[in-house]
Amino acid sequence: MESISRLKHTPLHALHLSLGARMVPFAGYEMPVQYHEGVLKEHLHTRAAAGLFDVSHMGQIAIRPRSGRIADAALALERLVPVDVLGLAEGRQRYALFTNNEGGILDDLMIANRGDHLFLIVNAACKAADFEYLQRGLGDSCLVTMLNDRALIALQGPRAEAVLAELWADIASMRFMDVAEADIHDVGCVISRSGYTGEDGFEISIPAASAVDVAERLLEHPDVMPIGLGARDSLRLEAGLCLYGNDIDTGTTPVEAALEWAIQKSRRSGGERAGGFPGADRILAEFANGASRRRVGLRPDGRAPVRGGVKLFADPEGKVAAGTVTSGGFGPSVDAPVAMGYVDAAHARSGTKLFAEVRGKYLPVTVSALPFVEQSYKR
Amino acid sequence: MLKFTEEHEWLKIDGGVATIGITEHAAGQLGDLVFVELPEVGATFSKGESCATVESVKAASDVYCPLDGEIVDVNQAIVDDPALVNSDPQGKAWFFKLKLADPSSADALLDEAAYKELVG
Repeated sequence: MESISRLKHTPLHALHLSLGARMVPFAGYEMPVQYHEGVLKEHLHTRAAAGLFDVSHMGQIAIRPRSGRIADAALALERLVPVDVLGLAEGRQRYALFTNNEGGILDDLMIANRGDHLFLIVNAACKAADFEYLQRGLGDSCLVTMLNDRALIALQGPRAEAVLAELWADIASMRFMDVAEADIHDVGCVISRSGYTGEDGFEISIPAASAVDVAERLLEHPDVMPIGLGARDSLRLEAGLCLYGNDIDTGTTPVEAALEWAIQKSRRSGGERAGGFPGADRILAEFANGASRRRVGLRPDGRAPVRGGVKLFADPEGKVAAGTVTSGGFGPSVDAPVAMGYVDAAHARSGTKLFAEVRGKYLPVTVSALPFVEQSYKR
Repeated sequence: MLKFTEEHEWLKIDGGVATIGITEHAAGQLGDLVFVELPEVGATFSKGESCATVESVKAASDVYCPLDGEIVDVNQAIVDDPALVNSDPQGKAWFFKLKLADPSSADALLDEAAYKELVG
């Protein structure tokens, strides 16, 4: 257990305490796991109105090409990620993965083309390693900078656009995965229309000194409630989104993780810039032949949650191993337990009945399509 | 006789049978419950053994048997509606009734004043 006194604080730490947050250690930070309303109500409020999340613990990294040509930075970064960075238009963002030589996943991240530089958002627990990795891999052609002086907040939910429109009128012109510069409350922010809940919403990078000001301004709106890490996890689970360290890690490949959609045609076999990223041999072979196991959604038949680490079997006596749950819990919007995990390819088809070992019993679960809730992105 | 444990259970003891639930403090800490699993009537447990499970959105927690005994009744109402544990933890949302193997063993548990001091 991390000692609470050595944990880092985000620029919104004092605000969390004043809002009555229950604070927990997370990735080296003291973070709010929930506020007064609790995980269940925070989750439902986000899907019904708007939730404000402090995600300032995540890493914000700028990559500036020494040549001044953004294409040089894009091509340099493509050596580390299996995604099309060169084809990412200015003002657009996309999901990406750092892969290792074995085809495993070092981290998942967002890459935005900000015109003169690339802007990356990486996971808190990985950010120091990612930064070193980027400096080592791209340092000859790019200036890699960790933006430690910026906070990051997310406003998620069907009312997020209307709330932000009161502070910045142009918000409605953005579509899913657009990135723009905006003055909110006279503060220079970078906004992307994206998130980690399955809802429409925005992620806002703010100079640290102005973060409380902007957050308080948003929280003044009656539709906005502060949301902790507890509901952040149940929201992303219902949305079928991976949590790095649980659902993906160095031992899982993008094809096993059902993340083929993140690897554009240009980087696959036959594409203009096929391969050329760590682990390409294995990953491209899995594209061609399939992987031996696959990440799937799981719906327990009963009411008992089936959580990460639970073993899955093909039979109700627990004799034939079928896989492992990597994330699971109760989905407040689904009003039922939901989970995801890896199962052998033979058991990966939707509708397959499996059995989850929970407290010595073998509970029936059904392999199900992800996500569990309809995504409401403004494409 | 009303008793409490350091594991945040309450026991209302009457004629060698203890009605047992979790305290308001525990219910508050756990948050909104979404699932409760209770033991079977007739099962016997030793003190400290896990005999029930409560789950919130984010975590599962064990409920430990506070004394040696046999389960003689369980409260189906909290299985049907786990939220009852949050709304009335020390009333309608009792968990189970335990026939104590040794009724005098309850004397060593905390009284209400001692428990209140424990949770501040």
